[in-house]
Amino acid sequence: MLQLAGTQNAFAHALLGPERAVPASIRGAARRGADRRFAVYRNNVITGLIDALAQRFPVVCRLVGEEFFRAMARIYVTAQPPSSPLMMLYGGTFPNFIDAFAPAASLPYLGDVARLELARGRAYHAADAVPATPQIFTGLPAEQLGHLRVRVHPSASIVASAHPIVSIWQVNADPDHAVPIAPWTAEAALVARPFTDVEVRRLPPGAAAFMSCLLGHGAMAEAVEAGASASTDFHLAESLAVLIAANVVIGIDGLAPASRLKRRTSSRRLRPRSAPRPVDAEHSALLA
Amino acid sequence: MRRQATLASDIVVDDCASSLSSRAGVGLKLEHAADVLNGGHGVGFFEVHAENYMGAGGEPHRVLSRVRESFALSLHGVGLSIGGADPICEIHLDRLRRLIERYQPALFSEHLAWSSHGGSFLNDLLPLPYNLATLQRVCDHIDLVQEKLRTRLLLENPATYLLFEESTMSEAEFIRSVAARTGCGLLLDIGNVYVSAVNHGFEPMAYIDAFPIDAIEEIHLAGFAVDRDDGGTPLLIDSHGCEVAEVVWALFQRTIARTGPISTMIEWDNDVPAFAALAAQAKRAQSVLMTEERRRARRISA
Repeated sequence: MLQLAGTQNAFAHALLGPERAVPASIRGAARRGADRRFAVYRNNVITGLIDALAQRFPVVCRLVGEEFFRAMARIYVTAQPPSSPLMMLYGGTFPNFIDAFAPAASLPYLGDVARLELARGRAYHAADAVPATPQIFTGLPAEQLGHLRVRVHPSASIVASAHPIVSIWQVNADPDHAVPIAPWTAEAALVARPFTDVEVRRLPPGAAAFMSCLLGHGAMAEAVEAGASASTDFHLAESLAVLIAANVVIGIDGLAPASRLKRRTSSRRLRPRSAPRPVDAEHSALLA
Repeated sequence: MRRQATLASDIVVDDCASSLSSRAGVGLKLEHAADVLNGGHGVGFFEVHAENYMGAGGEPHRVLSRVRESFALSLHGVGLSIGGADPICEIHLDRLRRLIERYQPALFSEHLAWSSHGGSFLNDLLPLPYNLATLQRVCDHIDLVQEKLRTRLLLENPATYLLFEESTMSEAEFIRSVAARTGCGLLLDIGNVYVSAVNHGFEPMAYIDAFPIDAIEEIHLAGFAVDRDDGGTPLLIDSHGCEVAEVVWALFQRTIARTGPISTMIEWDNDVPAFAALAAQAKRAQSVLMTEERRRARRISA
């Protein structure tokens, strides 16, 4: 056991650095040197991890060029190899690494573009859920709107930046339809996979703060407050329109049971009053 | 469609291994989903890398669920690190258990290798010294896996590029001991046998002769690339990036003549071709299996 651990220690250490000596106990056929043979494993590990990052961060790679990207990724994979056998999780700290990577300092938006790509990868593998129809928002009792909490699709996340990351991402993800980025200003993205494909939407002013609050299951009144404090150009109707168009709401909680019962048909009154249930798409249709 | 649906349900009910025994399969690639769901070109089953289906939802599960409605499945793990000095990751084992419960694979396999160490996952199938200490470790891990997953694990022989001074037995001997002590099944990767045979200078057919044939439940065939080692002699790399070489087909035919038909899978994971090209490789494997089946039927009736 101890001997095996020792062998694997030496092997693992040498894998992650070409300057590190190969383990003493390895050999090739006919007891010849095994440096090139060990290099096959080293190359499999390092190149495989760099490829995984290139696949997950294609726009970052395009922005800096393949040679720069692979050199940068090589340093990252050596310093921070994966901690899980799920390669889909690898690269979670790559945006932070990029922020601190001095040779990339001339592209201050690079880390945030990486965060956007990270969010796309997470949305791709996130749990499935059925988006509510837009009708869920109709007929809600006005006096209770502030207390509502929306349940958001598990794939949804917000990436906000001081740079125009959505425009930069779009231009580079689809270079054939590139348009000049103007104005060069702060942008935030809503990333989600409501149906089959991952979608990226540019958010209007204040909407990132508004939606981040909703994503954290904050009440509508708190979210409006957050949006208004984030930007003087925040408009609730505009942000709600994006939220609805993005199909990221899967249900609404926090509606008082009394107001629901008030509007119900008699056949629905059989349910006990004491058990308030979340309003899902079916209920809201009744309310409409 | 109807015929395929019946076929898949048979596999769930039947003894899994035998129902796949004269079939040839390929690895499932998401880019081939449309071709696969549109009939699958006669491919007998599909194999997936378990770790690619451990996300919560999305396209991978959507495709695999639909494929599973029509085809039998082989689940192939690449992240358990069975040969690791570190303990098996219980969380990972639990992920595997849930995948097996959800997709009911006919076969479940992993590698005689290690890939995790000291909290890092090294993303490659790394080689082991073959001695009593490693044997104990590997057997303990396989016992745990088979107990927790309540399924028979098929252990795959690795492709290796170097050897260890501390090895005291041959790979085939080592694998024979593992199978005898744990009751696990075996996945014979003939591509790996050939790659290791060239790299270490042994006869591939002698290796297969020494291999515990009764425990083999699956065969892998894959393409390799050619490099050179420190002394300038050819070093084969298990690249999974091209067609199966003729020399490997010949070994496959000789193996099947000895073992009888065994479910066989074509691995092609890099520079993945159009589905038709992959299916054509499976068809070739299928014809070898069927020829042997007919030969054996004639021998029995004679």
